Amino acid sequence: MSPKPSGSGATLATRQARLAWLLMTPTMLVAAVVALYPAVTTVYRSFTDDTFGGTSHWIGLDNYSKLLHDTAFRSAMWVTIEFTVLTVATEAVLGMILALALHNAFAGRGVMRALLLVPFAIINVVSASIWKLMFNQSYGVFNDLLVGKLHLASQPIDFFGTRTSALLSVSAIDVWKTTPFVALLLLAGLQTIPADMHEAAEVDGAGPVRRFFSITLPLLRPALLVALVFRTLDALRVFDVFYVLFGARADTTTMSIYIEQNIVDFGKAGYGSAISVVTMLVIAIFVAIYVGLNARADR
Amino acid sequence: MTSTRRRRRTPATRIRRALFYLLLLAIAVFLLFPVYWAGKTAVSPDQEIYATPAAYVPHDFTLQHFDNALSDSRFLRSIVNSLIVGGSVTAISILLGAFAAYALGRFDFRGRGAMRYIILAMSIFPQIAILGSLYKLLTATQLYNTLFALIGTYLIFILPFTVWTLASFFQQLPKELEEAAYIDGASSMQTFWRVMMPLAAPGLAATSILAVIAAWNEYLFALSFESDSSNWTVPVMISNVGAQSSAYTIPWGDQMAASLVVMIPVIALVLVLQRRIVAGLTGGSVKG
Repeated sequence: MSPKPSGSGATLATRQARLAWLLMTPTMLVAAVVALYPAVTTVYRSFTDDTFGGTSHWIGLDNYSKLLHDTAFRSAMWVTIEFTVLTVATEAVLGMILALALHNAFAGRGVMRALLLVPFAIINVVSASIWKLMFNQSYGVFNDLLVGKLHLASQPIDFFGTRTSALLSVSAIDVWKTTPFVALLLLAGLQTIPADMHEAAEVDGAGPVRRFFSITLPLLRPALLVALVFRTLDALRVFDVFYVLFGARADTTTMSIYIEQNIVDFGKAGYGSAISVVTMLVIAIFVAIYVGLNARADR
Repeated sequence: MTSTRRRRRTPATRIRRALFYLLLLAIAVFLLFPVYWAGKTAVSPDQEIYATPAAYVPHDFTLQHFDNALSDSRFLRSIVNSLIVGGSVTAISILLGAFAAYALGRFDFRGRGAMRYIILAMSIFPQIAILGSLYKLLTATQLYNTLFALIGTYLIFILPFTVWTLASFFQQLPKELEEAAYIDGASSMQTFWRVMMPLAAPGLAATSILAVIAAWNEYLFALSFESDSSNWTVPVMISNVGAQSSAYTIPWGDQMAASLVVMIPVIALVLVLQRRIVAGLTGGSVKG
């Protein structure tokens, strides 16, 4: 800080700081009302038997000990985690392929890059119902292709039939919807890598694969990390696509759907809050893993 | 950008070129096929939608599904509701968020780092986790089942996003601009309104569009906080098209027509403003 005398007596730095805090105030007030207050009351309510409307008593850790033995919650947690790992890994690989392909110079590159925004512009509920139609067992286009055109299956597949097939189908929708986002972030990262690094490596005799792993990937790590963190957080909170496809089906209930059911449908405010807190912890663990991995790679 | 050196057209490079264009074709089909299928279904008569084998190009053409979708007054109402909610929450976020972003992007003050983390934490916060508390808050303030419920709660994810992206736009502006304004005797706030805001206009446009799309997309809060169909937003309406009809025959034509009505304007808008949108999507993350 470099204090400079000014007419009003206060230094420029303190006047600047005062104005900065003033500018921050409206946003912080909104944050306090719509995020901080609800978050604090959620934690508090998780220690009560609140049911909306009725009386609410402090019951200590009862909700949490009940949660430990709640098989429906455990199933919801695994559904969510499996979905997250499956989609984020697929999106990272496909997003990288898309980004590398569209980073090349070719006629129509502008059009191709614009097309990346199409799935992004479609609301989740709409994309989920389009895919639901395409997945339909009797008149869906995927079965028509697999059975009628490509003869890869002898009879129509029930894409939502088992837990595994349902999870794979819903993951396909998420991959379609958000791989372009990953690709866009990676493309922006690729643009920051100087072209002469590649040329120098090429002169030194490094092949494309070698160059990818020793130049592109390390330099792309910040962009990749941001994309993965965003996608992971979104996937762990997934609600829309599962809800539209499967409704309240037990074996495809995600953590978010389980919270929504307990709070909105069953009115279990206390228990629902305990599930919310655990969900927040699961998400925090994933964030910590990323931060840890990144710190280790920095060393 | 790859090297611009001209390569000799050997058969090997030709094959690689062909494979590359094949990959591009696959990417384009991957991205566009679902949209095509929705459009095809929307203009096909029912017997074609449910026919096997599937018709890949519509043989008969009908606008009946659009007529059905648009004659449902709840559908038009839901579009108006979504526009009111999206417009209001975006306007509030841009106004409040621009102040905060100006402070975070242009001022050096103690606590700035902490403020940035609070904003970031707010944007990665799982909204679902505070569903119950928000529900209580809304019923206590009698905002439950009003559009204000959505305008208020959407600020949770739209305001931090706005602050974050606008701060990165402000940060990119050259320092000399402010210094020139100060020398001319302008106060910090005059500089903000007369210099910074006009210069950040592209950033404001990109951020607004992304904010409107985020609000337009939101489903969980809209589903949980609006019980009356007159307050439904687009996602709730779309998911309810056909919900009242028989469970076995989903009226796909009507649903796809309604979907097309709400997605084509957004796709068009996004394609027209693609450069700014990409800058908005990536700027806050790569440079922030």
